[in-house]
Amino acid sequence: MTTIQARFQLDYGDFKLDVDLKLPGTGITVLFGHSGSGKTTLLRCIAGLQRAPQGKLEINGRVWQDSERGLFLPTHKRPLGYVFQEANLFSHLTVWDNLHYGLKRIKQNPGTVKLEHAVELLGIGHLMERMPERLSGGERQRVAIARALALNPEILLMDEPLASLDFKRKQEILPFLSRLHQQLDIPVLYVTHSQQEVAQLADTLVILEDGRALASGPLSETQSRLDVPLAQDREAATVWQATIAEHEADYHLTRVAFAGGSLSLPAVDAKIGTPLRVQIYARDVSIALEAPTATSILNVLPATITGIADGRDGQSVVQAQVGNQALLAHITRKSALMLGLQIGMAVYVQIKGTSILN
Amino acid sequence: MLTPSDLGALLLTFKVASIATLLMLLLGTPLAWWLARTRSAWKGIINAVVALPLVLPPTVLGFYLLVLMGPAGAVGKITTWLGLGTLPFTFAGLVIASVLYSLPFVVQPLQASFAAIGEQPLEAAATLRASPLDTFFSVVVPLAKPGFMTAAILGFAHTVGEFGVVLMVGGNIPDKTRVVSVQIYNHVEALEYSEAHWLAGCLLLFSFSVLLVLYTVLKTHPVAHPLK
Repeated sequence: MTTIQARFQLDYGDFKLDVDLKLPGTGITVLFGHSGSGKTTLLRCIAGLQRAPQGKLEINGRVWQDSERGLFLPTHKRPLGYVFQEANLFSHLTVWDNLHYGLKRIKQNPGTVKLEHAVELLGIGHLMERMPERLSGGERQRVAIARALALNPEILLMDEPLASLDFKRKQEILPFLSRLHQQLDIPVLYVTHSQQEVAQLADTLVILEDGRALASGPLSETQSRLDVPLAQDREAATVWQATIAEHEADYHLTRVAFAGGSLSLPAVDAKIGTPLRVQIYARDVSIALEAPTATSILNVLPATITGIADGRDGQSVVQAQVGNQALLAHITRKSALMLGLQIGMAVYVQIKGTSILN
Repeated sequence: MLTPSDLGALLLTFKVASIATLLMLLLGTPLAWWLARTRSAWKGIINAVVALPLVLPPTVLGFYLLVLMGPAGAVGKITTWLGLGTLPFTFAGLVIASVLYSLPFVVQPLQASFAAIGEQPLEAAATLRASPLDTFFSVVVPLAKPGFMTAAILGFAHTVGEFGVVLMVGGNIPDKTRVVSVQIYNHVEALEYSEAHWLAGCLLLFSFSVLLVLYTVLKTHPVAHPLK
């Protein structure tokens, strides 16, 4: 499997970036952090739009930057696609010309197959003759994504592509990104500060703070790390990747299977075998020492406690392993003490609610 | 009516202005690009030097050019050594003086429109495989088109209107350096007011038309919003 190795150090006085990351060569890797965490700077360093004085970047076995050897491939020679926060379309060119701007300039022309596919995927076929100023914000961003994909890049870099859009436009684009996710065979690095986008899109999560990577790894593993502030957040959650296993039409329920178990969800209208993401908020999870025999909660699963930390406002954050999935539970500190919870204990987790993300 | 020598002066004026405008665009474009983007400490000094003709009396600029290009001046020595003779009182000398005199009218609109384009379209072009030179011609020039038009019109018009500099370095040689403004001066000196009226009227009409184009067609916002 191809990987991305990125090591950068730069110092602007009031801002320092110091990261050393090894990221998978497939799926969406989300670079998550608050503003000023360095996530955009990191992305710009990978694109070569900014040059870190100390850095080494290797993608698909090719070195794009190695400061020790004085090697720095300029942006226009890197086989990447980049989507900016503002769509950044050329205002003097039509949508069609914007989409073909890059295509005219690459040596190994991938033909228009990639472009046609991107145009169809993003639903912008009817906009070709328009000038950018006559597009809505959401349409502009879709054109920008297609423009980047048309070049058949080896990696797609996206810098908060939804941040400048209102809620409605975001909801308009997210399904396109999810579809992209399923159909794209190149790695995507996606910068955001939105937990919703993390939950919907990430396969791998990198959490950045003050120019450093606090954590990096598979989504639910990173989400449930107790040493990362995210686990303390009121909105703390874990996302499980599951597939539809069975429909229980009588009860209006669907069973989905995940690595090491299954869950009952409100009926999902999709074929057996369809992959989906299930988000479980830590506040919706409670813990019992014995299997509850009489409960209205359908999803009661055996689990092993793998970590406990103090949360905010008299809460405890409990990390548990369910099958092969990590799970977070927010319970009161009093409950944790009364149950005598300890690492390694076998318990039952009761999941009061779930949400399906796609 | 316009006399043959008036027509000669008009023709010469437009010849000088056309060549000077072309040269100013060639010189001014890289200069304005550099000024719009550099963070060099030299930026302030170069900006001031380019803008000098805006505030300097034309006779002062003309005087220094005359001295520099004369037989004893640094430029004069070089041109003599190259076998070109000296430049004052020649067509070439007049063009050079015009370029220096009108350069700020070309550089400043270009610089403003380059600055207004910002980094974003350039970065977008770079991520779409365009080299910096390619980006300049395929993105910067089209986006800065109103700036180029303003620069060309202002540079041309300002060169047509010069008088002091011409008198100092060009003199008053028919069909070589006698431009319209000098010809009008000659008419007035000779108390030929009706001839002076015709030429002055031509220049007035020309100048007004230029400004009308700038304020109506180009809307005095020479720089369009480069990003959507």
